[in-house]
Amino acid sequence: MEILKTYKIYIGGAFPRTESGRYYPIVDASGSTIANVCLSSRKDVRNAVVAARKAFGGWSEKTAFNRGQILYRMAEMLEGRKLQFLEELTKQGSSKEAAAQEVQESIDCLVYYAGWADKYQQIASSINPVSSSHFNFSALEPMGVIGMIAAQETSLIGLVKLLAPAICGGNTVVLAASEALPLCAVTFAEVVHSSDVPGGVVNILTGKVSELAPAMAAHMDVNALVSESLGELDKTLALACVDNLKRNIVYQQGTTQGLPYITALQEVKTTWHPIEQIGGASSSY
Amino acid sequence: MAKKNTTNSQTEWNYAASPESTSHIRLEKKYQLFINNEWVAPSSKKYFPTINPATEDVLAEIAWANDADVDLAVKAARKAYTEVWSKMSGAERGKYIYRIARMMQERAREFAVIESLDSGKPIRESRDVDVPLACNHFFYYAGWADKLEYAMPHKKPEALGVAGQIIPWNFPLLMAAWKIAPALAAGNTVVLKPAETTSLTALKLAEIIKDAGLPPGVVNIVTGYGDTGAAIVNHPDVDKIAFTGSTTVGKIIQRAVAGTHKKTTLELGGKSANIIFDDAPIDQAVEGIINGIFFNQGHVCCAGSRLFVQENVADLVIRKLKARMESLYVGDPLDKNTDIGAINSKEQLDTINKYIKIGKAEGAEIYQSDCSIPSKGFFCKPTLFTGVSQSHVITQEEIFGPVLTIQTFRTIDEVIQKANNTPYGLAAGVWTDKGSRIFNLTTKLRAGVVWANTYNKFDPVSPFGGYKESGIGREGGVHGLSAYLK
Repeated sequence: MEILKTYKIYIGGAFPRTESGRYYPIVDASGSTIANVCLSSRKDVRNAVVAARKAFGGWSEKTAFNRGQILYRMAEMLEGRKLQFLEELTKQGSSKEAAAQEVQESIDCLVYYAGWADKYQQIASSINPVSSSHFNFSALEPMGVIGMIAAQETSLIGLVKLLAPAICGGNTVVLAASEALPLCAVTFAEVVHSSDVPGGVVNILTGKVSELAPAMAAHMDVNALVSESLGELDKTLALACVDNLKRNIVYQQGTTQGLPYITALQEVKTTWHPIEQIGGASSSY
Repeated sequence: MAKKNTTNSQTEWNYAASPESTSHIRLEKKYQLFINNEWVAPSSKKYFPTINPATEDVLAEIAWANDADVDLAVKAARKAYTEVWSKMSGAERGKYIYRIARMMQERAREFAVIESLDSGKPIRESRDVDVPLACNHFFYYAGWADKLEYAMPHKKPEALGVAGQIIPWNFPLLMAAWKIAPALAAGNTVVLKPAETTSLTALKLAEIIKDAGLPPGVVNIVTGYGDTGAAIVNHPDVDKIAFTGSTTVGKIIQRAVAGTHKKTTLELGGKSANIIFDDAPIDQAVEGIINGIFFNQGHVCCAGSRLFVQENVADLVIRKLKARMESLYVGDPLDKNTDIGAINSKEQLDTINKYIKIGKAEGAEIYQSDCSIPSKGFFCKPTLFTGVSQSHVITQEEIFGPVLTIQTFRTIDEVIQKANNTPYGLAAGVWTDKGSRIFNLTTKLRAGVVWANTYNKFDPVSPFGGYKESGIGREGGVHGLSAYLK
């Protein structure tokens, strides 16, 4: 007799059920139920934002090297659970080949951003030669709490490609899984959980995008909203983002990977300090 | 002026007036719209006066552009973009921008005088800060025009098209430069709207643009009120909106462009913290506080309007601050002795006075310097409030005037919490002699610009812009280019 898995959500490093008690069934091609998934509520979003905000200070202040190691650890954990993801992907309708490719790409993506963690700063920051006696530099800092809607057409890769650059850059995330294909998101939470990612850095909710995305867009303590284009919903979300001038980042479908996905979720901070100018000594040698 | 001396000196700091001459400036009685390198009468047939806020005298009549006028300007910009500017090499574009920079330098004094006349800012500031920085901004971005592929590695940088740019009245010419220079360097064409109270230097800049021989339509300047700005924001053929102004209007713009292809950069309000530790060089810090809040009458989005002083030096700092306030000259913007000029408009003076009233009503203790202010024009005495807390309206809302609130703190954690506890995140100042503490603070303060042991410094190479509700995007430096490239 197989032990079936209860698919719960992931908030603040714990796996609660939705506070609403609601669920929705995920069915396979033959029409039989493969899981009852949490239909998360706006209150779950708010709880997740609180957890993400609490985690932001610690995560953003970790060394870049350490964040890279943790992302690499996530890749290791995902590799170890490969079979589980393959099974879930095929259950949700992928072919075996497509599933194998998706899992491999997801692992590679985590390794890719693990490597970026201590490098993007050097590429994107600058020392600014101001015309006065000041030392002036601009460096990147994470935006904060990111609301994120996973790509809808895939169960795993579409969330990894949006999530990895965000946490690589020191942000914390509240992520809504693919509405129709949510299983891998929940299992991915288990990967996160066993990879030394502090609780609250990644929070994963399952449910209706039309319910969760507007709640994230309207939340005054979310700093940015990231999604692939959701069609009609894009404008509604953009309008809701205005109340606290949330950065609203909408990618076209089929997210790739690269430095711009990291820098899109960074603020540029410029720091000035005077340079002492006394005496006439100059250093020519 | 310094009647009430509270420090070690009884010196009377009175100087003979030293007004800058206005004899060499050229001003028309009436200004038209600048479209396609021509002066075009507005189809609205409407004009509005621009006044000298220090005397309330009318300086000129300014055209008031309506939707049709804006449409004409956008069409001119589109045509110039498609037919000329987008086809021109970066090197050639750069030469035009260099030319603008040089011609501005040649006419720098005229621009400074007109800026002070129209905006009320002291001539010392327009002459030594606004105008030179504006020239340098053009000079800096001119050099980027043929090097864009180095600004955005691994991308093929492309211009966005027509940029609509709406600028405020606190740094009229400088903001025009901040907007126009990077837009042109990146290969965009421009429709710019100056603020209604300060159109003149933008229109003088139009003269230079014409003299510099820029192709017609590359830069168009349409004057008017908020409705003119709205016409730019809502025009379907504008690809980019760059706005500097209040957070309220920034949000209106952001809503208006939601669901369109338009990109925005917003440089909005602030309520920036200026933090003084007990080991800071106190006299320098006091100068920094003065500069932070009274520079440009406090009409500065990044003004250090929330002062946090470590408790054990609070009495000393406040005493020195009050004494320094007594030595500030408030008055004629054209007088080279003047530290604080005229408030930009009657409307803004009313806003400031409203907040001063609120501060008093909330029970805060007010101190204003004992100076005399001119009977005509719009002036406000340098003002500080003590006995305030985080919950006071005057510590939360942007006043945009020479009004400082002072709070005290004991620990670093406490001051970081307090400083960051605001929807804004534009700038911050930190004063301490300890390097490790500076880096702790400058890292943890959630603001786009942090000045350590200095304040209110600006430079074309230095990116500027806010976190949170202080805006989106950066202006200045290599980071400022990306706002105009795809």
